[in-house]
Amino acid sequence: MGSLNQVSKSRFHGLWALTNRELKKWYKAPFLLLMAIIQPVIWIGLFGKAMNIQAIFSSSPTSLPPPPDIPPQYLPALQEWIANISNQMFQGAFGTSDYFSFMAIGMLSFVIMFATMFSGMSIVWDRRLGFLNKVLSTPVARASIVLSKVLSTVIRALIQASIVLIVAYLLGLQFGADFRLWNLFGVFAALFLMSIGFSSLFIMIAIRSTRWETHMAVMNLLNLPLLFTSNSLFPTSYMPDWLQTVTKINPITYTTDAVRQLTLFATDMQQLTLDFTFLGIFAAVFTTIGILLSWKYLSR
Amino acid sequence: MSEEILEVDGLTKVFNGTLTAVDHVSFSVAKGEVFGFLGPNGAGKTTAIHVLTTVLKPTEGKASVCGYDISANPGEVRASIGVVPQDYTSDEDLTGYENIILCGDLYGIPREVSKQRAEELLKLVELTDAKDKKVENYSGGMRRRLELACGLINRPTLLFLDEPTLGLDVQTRIAVWKYIRLMREEYNMTLFMTTHYLEEADSLCDRIAIIDNGKIVKIGKPEVLKASLGGDIMEITLNDDADATKLISKVKGVKGVKKSGAAYRIKLMNGEETAPEIMETLSSAGHKVIKLALTKPTLDEVYLEYTGRSMREAQEGAADVMRQRHILRRARRR
Repeated sequence: MGSLNQVSKSRFHGLWALTNRELKKWYKAPFLLLMAIIQPVIWIGLFGKAMNIQAIFSSSPTSLPPPPDIPPQYLPALQEWIANISNQMFQGAFGTSDYFSFMAIGMLSFVIMFATMFSGMSIVWDRRLGFLNKVLSTPVARASIVLSKVLSTVIRALIQASIVLIVAYLLGLQFGADFRLWNLFGVFAALFLMSIGFSSLFIMIAIRSTRWETHMAVMNLLNLPLLFTSNSLFPTSYMPDWLQTVTKINPITYTTDAVRQLTLFATDMQQLTLDFTFLGIFAAVFTTIGILLSWKYLSR
Repeated sequence: MSEEILEVDGLTKVFNGTLTAVDHVSFSVAKGEVFGFLGPNGAGKTTAIHVLTTVLKPTEGKASVCGYDISANPGEVRASIGVVPQDYTSDEDLTGYENIILCGDLYGIPREVSKQRAEELLKLVELTDAKDKKVENYSGGMRRRLELACGLINRPTLLFLDEPTLGLDVQTRIAVWKYIRLMREEYNMTLFMTTHYLEEADSLCDRIAIIDNGKIVKIGKPEVLKASLGGDIMEITLNDDADATKLISKVKGVKGVKKSGAAYRIKLMNGEETAPEIMETLSSAGHKVIKLALTKPTLDEVYLEYTGRSMREAQEGAADVMRQRHILRRARRR
């Protein structure tokens, strides 16, 4: 057969075609693209600036009534002392003196998680509309079908996270003293591992689902708990013990910590290694399980 | 011996261990043939196509497509077939052209080749003018034609068509038939199709298998199946009351005559050829025919005879499917 001779021998020939299809749906729709940019900006604005925890700590002691037994000439020194203490308390709790910076970096994980939730949705739709069956009847490798979803989601998530980072910088994100520009590679490596792990996880949940309502319900159940059982909004050290246990298995905690180590804190190499090890294992395990499961369910 | 493109032996698909969608089906399709599965909704036609196109694994039985076993060499099977699914599977957010190219990429066809073929196929299904429009703006007929074009991008030896005209109006349906015939001539393909439209099976298929509850109840050429019901009916009225029953019965091919007044109801084989002979016999005997009607049995009756279900039930089912699909598409736009 002449037609067979022309077929490329690569096992992954359809991978980029399918990935590009997903991305096209996104970048060719101006509205979706705009939303993808505006949404994280709003989040940053609302979460980062509205929840101004720092202001609570640094509320000026001058507004308080002067303590009765202290001579007035000592008051300025006392005020300075109190301001110093609250600043140190804040630094101790958040690792930085600026809550907005702390929060903005936490938002990166938040944005990644929301972006990856769509990887599962699109496979539910493909099944529902028959596109999945059509692709299954072509010689595309089964793994390519799943990998294309993962890959396109990862690209989208990283682009959104970059926008958040840029916007946060423009709104006053202060990098730590240890920050070097090449630390950004580390930042993206951590975000990449998180997004690849999460999109595989969400695809795994979606692979058998034929109803997007079901999938949506599962996603809604998962997203906020995942966010609040991590360190992205608040340091874990102030949480009750049982909650701390949960945060220790939540990949968002490790991503956020890795990114904060690289951008805000004085980088603790040991902690950073632990973060990357956890994220690497998380990504590897869920990608493998995702591909194996999809293999099983895509060839019934 | 003609070359067999599709050979199916005892093919069975059971879902969840209980629901038997395809039940020990055996048949073969020769090269160049158009073979149709005719049956009501839920008869197992689409499941059969899914198994033969390697989307589902068979529970039991064997099938080979273009010489490759569907279980042992699914990759080779996929490369040599084209599939036009029942649903509109083109991506609504892409243009018609982008959809065809995407299909080409899925088959691993080099870009230069698929670009050239895409232009050719778009011309064949007369979508060249609309190729850069997003598919969401296409009409039902246009989308169906695009599906046909996508199914042909890899120049398949065997093309599967699952309900190719489901939900289309009569005019569009006839137009789609035209394209299917054109494609078949142009690329010398073998076609396997499913349908529950009798006219469609009658007009396109060389051979049909009537399928019901997952089983093939009858296989044959449409003419033969119709003939098995007992031939055509001719109704005539003469201008006199004289009894012409005997005269008519003598004509070769006439199976029976019933007289009521000056009108006769004649059962006959090969209506087109026998009717003129009857006319001639009558006029040479001095009778004058003042009214004539020749009705051929449709597959409708064949269908009813073998499946025990009326066409109306099946059509209602189709309306449900369309309604569901419509709702789904609206929901997606939200």
